[in-house]
Amino acid sequence: MSKEENTANRPDNTAFTQQRLPAWQPMLSAGIVIPGFVIIGVAFIGIGVALFVTSQNIQVLEKDYTGIETNSSCFKCTNPRVKNCNCTINFSLDKLFEGPVFVYYGLSNYFQNYRKYGASKDAAQLTGDLAYFTEPSTSCVPYQRDAKNKPIVPCGSIANSMFNDTFKLFQIVNSGNVAVPLDGKGIAWWTDYNIKYRNPTTNPLKNAFNDTVKPIFWPRPAYELDTTNAANNGFINQDFLVWMRRSALPNFRKLYRRITEGEYAKGLPAGDYALVIGYNYPVKAFDGRKKVVFSNVSWMGGKNQFLGIAYLVIGSLCVVMSIVMLIVYAKFKFPDEE
Amino acid sequence: SLFMMSLPVQEEERYIHANNRPLNLPYQYADNAIRTSKYNVFSFLPLNLFEQFQRLANAYFLVLLILQLIPEISSLSWFTTVVPLLLVLTMTAVKDASDDINRHRSDKQVNNRRVDVLIDGELRSEKWMNVQVGDVIKLENNQFVTADLLLLTSSEPLNLVYIETAELDGTFILKCVFPTGEVRCEPPNNRLDKFKGTLTVNGQTYALDNDKVLLRGCTLRNTEWCFGLVVFGGPDTKLMQSSGKTVFKRTSIDGLMNVLVLCIFGFLAVMCSILAVGNAIWEVREGSVFIAFLPRPNGVNAGFSAFLTFWSYVIILNTVVPISLYVSVEIIRLGNSFYIDWDRKMYYPKSDTPAQARTTTLNEELGQIKYIFSDKTGTLTQNIMTFNKCSINGKSYGRSIGEKTQTVDFTWNELADPKFVFHDPSLVELVREGDLAAQHFFRLLALCHTVMPEEKTEGELYYQAQSPDEGALVTAARNFGFVFRSRTPESIRIMEMGQEVTYDLLAVLDFNNVRKRMSVIVRSPKGKLILFCKGADTIVYERLHPSCLKLKDTTTSHLNEYAGDGLRTLALAYKDLDDDYMEDWRRRHHEANIAMDGKEERLDELYEEIEKDLMLLGATAVEDKLQDGVPQTIEQLAKADIKIWVLTGDKQETAENIGYACNMLREDMTEVFIVAANTAEGVREELEQVTMCPDAPDKPVVVEARAGLFWRQKTRKVEDEAVNGEYALVINGHSLAYALEKDLELELLRTACMCQTVICCRVTPLQKAQVVELVKHYKQAVTLAIGDGANDVSMIKAAHIGVGISGQEGMQAVLSSDYSFAQFRYLQRLLLVHGRWSYLRMCKFLRYFFYKNFTFTFVHFWYAFFCGFSAQTVYDEWFITLYNLVYTALPVLGMSLFDQDVNDRWSSQHPQLYSPGQLNLYFSKKAFVRCMMHSCYSSLILFFIPWAAMYDTVRDDGKDIVDYQSFALLAQTCLLIAVTIQLSLDTHYWTAVNQFFVWGSLSAYFAITFTMYSNGMFLIFTSTFPFIGTARNSLNQPNVWLTILLTSILCALPVVAYRFTLIQLWPTINDKVRHKVRKEALPAPAPRRPPVRRISTRRSGYAFSHAQGYGELVTSGRFLLRRPQKIRTALLFPQSDSPLSQGQPQLYRPITALNRVPEEEQPAQQS
Repeated sequence: MSKEENTANRPDNTAFTQQRLPAWQPMLSAGIVIPGFVIIGVAFIGIGVALFVTSQNIQVLEKDYTGIETNSSCFKCTNPRVKNCNCTINFSLDKLFEGPVFVYYGLSNYFQNYRKYGASKDAAQLTGDLAYFTEPSTSCVPYQRDAKNKPIVPCGSIANSMFNDTFKLFQIVNSGNVAVPLDGKGIAWWTDYNIKYRNPTTNPLKNAFNDTVKPIFWPRPAYELDTTNAANNGFINQDFLVWMRRSALPNFRKLYRRITEGEYAKGLPAGDYALVIGYNYPVKAFDGRKKVVFSNVSWMGGKNQFLGIAYLVIGSLCVVMSIVMLIVYAKFKFPDEE
Repeated sequence: SLFMMSLPVQEEERYIHANNRPLNLPYQYADNAIRTSKYNVFSFLPLNLFEQFQRLANAYFLVLLILQLIPEISSLSWFTTVVPLLLVLTMTAVKDASDDINRHRSDKQVNNRRVDVLIDGELRSEKWMNVQVGDVIKLENNQFVTADLLLLTSSEPLNLVYIETAELDGTFILKCVFPTGEVRCEPPNNRLDKFKGTLTVNGQTYALDNDKVLLRGCTLRNTEWCFGLVVFGGPDTKLMQSSGKTVFKRTSIDGLMNVLVLCIFGFLAVMCSILAVGNAIWEVREGSVFIAFLPRPNGVNAGFSAFLTFWSYVIILNTVVPISLYVSVEIIRLGNSFYIDWDRKMYYPKSDTPAQARTTTLNEELGQIKYIFSDKTGTLTQNIMTFNKCSINGKSYGRSIGEKTQTVDFTWNELADPKFVFHDPSLVELVREGDLAAQHFFRLLALCHTVMPEEKTEGELYYQAQSPDEGALVTAARNFGFVFRSRTPESIRIMEMGQEVTYDLLAVLDFNNVRKRMSVIVRSPKGKLILFCKGADTIVYERLHPSCLKLKDTTTSHLNEYAGDGLRTLALAYKDLDDDYMEDWRRRHHEANIAMDGKEERLDELYEEIEKDLMLLGATAVEDKLQDGVPQTIEQLAKADIKIWVLTGDKQETAENIGYACNMLREDMTEVFIVAANTAEGVREELEQVTMCPDAPDKPVVVEARAGLFWRQKTRKVEDEAVNGEYALVINGHSLAYALEKDLELELLRTACMCQTVICCRVTPLQKAQVVELVKHYKQAVTLAIGDGANDVSMIKAAHIGVGISGQEGMQAVLSSDYSFAQFRYLQRLLLVHGRWSYLRMCKFLRYFFYKNFTFTFVHFWYAFFCGFSAQTVYDEWFITLYNLVYTALPVLGMSLFDQDVNDRWSSQHPQLYSPGQLNLYFSKKAFVRCMMHSCYSSLILFFIPWAAMYDTVRDDGKDIVDYQSFALLAQTCLLIAVTIQLSLDTHYWTAVNQFFVWGSLSAYFAITFTMYSNGMFLIFTSTFPFIGTARNSLNQPNVWLTILLTSILCALPVVAYRFTLIQLWPTINDKVRHKVRKEALPAPAPRRPPVRRISTRRSGYAFSHAQGYGELVTSGRFLLRRPQKIRTALLFPQSDSPLSQGQPQLYRPITALNRVPEEEQPAQQS
């Protein structure tokens, strides 16, 4: 009893308080580092080869149709006064462009990632909340209300600047044009289509937009975006959804259509094609470029040489480094003596 | 405080009516309640917030918050700054509150203690807080002293008090019980060693000094009761007055952090300026033509836009300013302090004292100590003397160190001290057989001293020795059958082998520092006249009779042996005198004694004359017992390149002796310099004579530099110089006083720093602090002071780190210390294990913390070039909010609480591991810049690899993946994994907790991300979680994961390769030891080898802590009246408050009660 009293202040003897917790104490020893580098290097080279080969097999066809050069067919459309301008770009494929083929439009020098641009929308309005139809968020300024103080729906810069060029693809067969069917369904993210963007439940949809005005740049109101398919209108219009997912970088491409139907489902056969462009979107003023991209995809997505090359380079560097380290290790070998 | 406000006029003199509350009331003296707490319930929030916002980083965040209210500037949602700020403020507030609650609690506990107060002639139990100035209170044994008291009277067993006081003033005792006197004294102050005042009783005035005051904070010991008059109460007590002015110590890393935070602000401004300029250029070249899609309602104004951008980026890049840094640092320090409290290897079972980290903010400094300043008595030594060996008539007795022999049985001697231990039975046999020399030897020890005996009951003897050496010697004689029983001014009564013998004491030839010896002249009952002399061997040898030559030689060899063992030696000799000569001598002695002038010289001459032709008896060897493990500790600390200076109030001989005993001074040293001059010139000469290096410059090299905030602080540093050999310096207090003058201090410092060992003896507390300051100031090195007594307080406070030895004498050193423990040897563990780890952990933490924040922030910087400098964040705002608080907080905390490069046994085994801390290698401005470069590299990887890998690519189903949200998710995932890998590379010690924190944080990241990006969260908080679906849509892509892998590898592998190569080419001591740990499971415990015996040159082991004046005392007869040694009644535990008393090691300081003031000290100072 008295002994206990005498040691009342004795600290507890636990591994934690005595800092004796069992621990793993790894070290950068040659036995781990050098083989580690070799393994990583080899693995990287393997991945690199796979990526590189995959990327090489992806076919990409890019057509710039900005119309900067005076001899290009779209030059005439760059004049802002020309309305409803159409231009055609012809190209030929010498072998099968394997399907499914994806059609993208690309913009460059376009700052969708500008902070104020990105903030200029009303998330609540886009979920179909009617309260925000009459009172759009102030973040949409200057596209919150029009000159007559009527609320703009959908409001904000992003919606207002929606890309509105149209493309039609024809295969030229025996001097006749065969339209290649372009599929615009399911080109947006499932979550965007089902959760993030929703139309008001009002039926018909048009009534929800009473007392609102369409975005200033838009030719038609939101409920008439797709005249061919009534379900593809309002905030869940696929093109609108694609556009609203703003890009991270000033050069970007966005999915326009897929070629999945009919005889073109297996790809575009070799031959001559004509791309008819409804040229509406002005980019010349800010030195932007527009292009159309045909591409197929692989397990690693679209064509990107960088990743494969990077893996190859890093893998090789790892192997080289392991050799260098081996030499260093063999030559200077950790001095054992104190 | 409240009290100060109620007394607008500075108190100049305190006037107290004893035991009369109504009369004292108008003065409004502070009562005895104390308040150490800072806040109350209402003042807490405003006061605490005000204090917190004085911190630069917190204030900065407040400014940020205001900036965020401006919509034009606000680039981040409010919660990104509010959440961290709130968290930091809350955590700090909680800590402050709990500290304050503890203070409230202890205040309350102290204030509610009860004490007996004399009110209306009777004792009433009162709470401490209700005790008033002027009250008379009664204290009992072991009670704490309630307030600063004037001691009135105290108990004494066996009616001695009554008799004594009656002799002085028979009626005084009554007055003491109901005193009605008046006290005038100094106003409250913080000088613990001074008190001035007068007491007037019945028209008679008595002078009061420090000896008559009991200070609050002390405990009454060995005294049944005492009465005291409250002079100062509560906040006015000397304890509170002196503790209020504690210097707030900060570590050098704290200073560095402040500088770095400022640098970071500058750096932030530069970054923001670059981006603002970039924005202006972009605005002119791109933005102004992009207006179709990005309208500028107010027109394009590049300048204004750049201005706004500047502030927007100040907000975005705020993560470079480490708001959570301070909080994390405090947590880490607190944790590491707890480890010190919890360490069983620093717990002293004999006194049940664990180590204690009293300050929790200095831990990492423990790993950077360069100089240790140590007290001697009570710190290095136990202040216990043991009679270990002796040489009698040319034969040495006693055990050598390390030898195993049985202890001697003293039961035959009824009067023996049971605690006395001796290891050589042959000596007892010799004495008992009646060997004349041996008997004479112990007779001398029993007669030649100034000890006072106390025999409370028959046979129960207590010796009150003025120095512990004497006590040891007299006790030795007692056990060997020559028991000193009692003394009068004219006689000494001893028991010689059971027979009572009374010697007439004819003269005491007192000890002093020049004579270094003392003698007594006695007449035995048979009428034989003998002079007994004991003293320094060198002194006694000069006065020996030529016939002792042979004995002298053998004794000398014994003395050498004792000195080599670090024992304190005295030579003993005697001389038979004849009556006629003695008669003559006594007459002359008497004449000299009453002579008006030249008394001292005449006495010296007389002593010199009679102390010659002595017959050598032998020598004694007393061990000044070191505390356990002191030499080993000193050796280990020296190996760690820590310089140890001993600053002691002791005499030069005793200090040197301990120097040898602790291995600090060694025979094989090239030279031991002794500076003991008495003039400034002499000191200068002696210092300049010291040459340790032939080609050293004449003057100390002083490097001037600038440091601190804005480099405003000028520093002067004395460079270390190379030395060819091992040197030591011993300097005494007189010389030190001159050497510490402005013109000599650098010379002193230079010399001292070239020596391996520095011993300063006879130094005052102030000088101790001055020496510490000198080194602190001119060496820019981290200093530690360790001591146990009140005389060490000044140096403990002056040093960067003060360590108090607890449980020995008092609490004053401990109270002003930062760390305390019971044994000097724990210092090794405190520094080499806890200090080193704390420093390592803190530096690792800081490096990693800056790395992760800079990496995080720099990615924003690179992104600016791709988003039109629009202050667009790369990451999700929630990620920005949670990055420091959730995703990376615990792993780094785990590392900084658990990491150890090698375990404690290896740390102690290889003290060299300590040196990186001293050289500031792990964290400095350079390391910080390296951190930034590393961050810069990582951030380039972390931005441009995802940028390139995602350029123009799509998902495997052709859909979008380079959208802003997916890119943000990719960038932040890359970042988090890269910094986590970096942390893993930095962690050397993976406990389960570390694993849990690292994996847990990563899992938490993914769990939280998926939750925040889920449908449910979006449906509930639509605008708060706009990233819905991003995680699902992007993290299922192989190219996203391949990008993450690539960035992680690119961030980690160069670090691995660099570190590996570094280890191979330039291995540090840590690498070597870690390598060794790999190979050997555990180090062999260090062999405790006995100290090597060093017999080389002749060295005197003479050391005697005796002081002059006691010879006169024992012969004056005054002690019978005053019983000066008997006054140990009111015994204060904090001893030796005055610098004078600490030259004489003693167990207790007597407090002279007022009623025992000697007549001559009571001048009638009528006021």
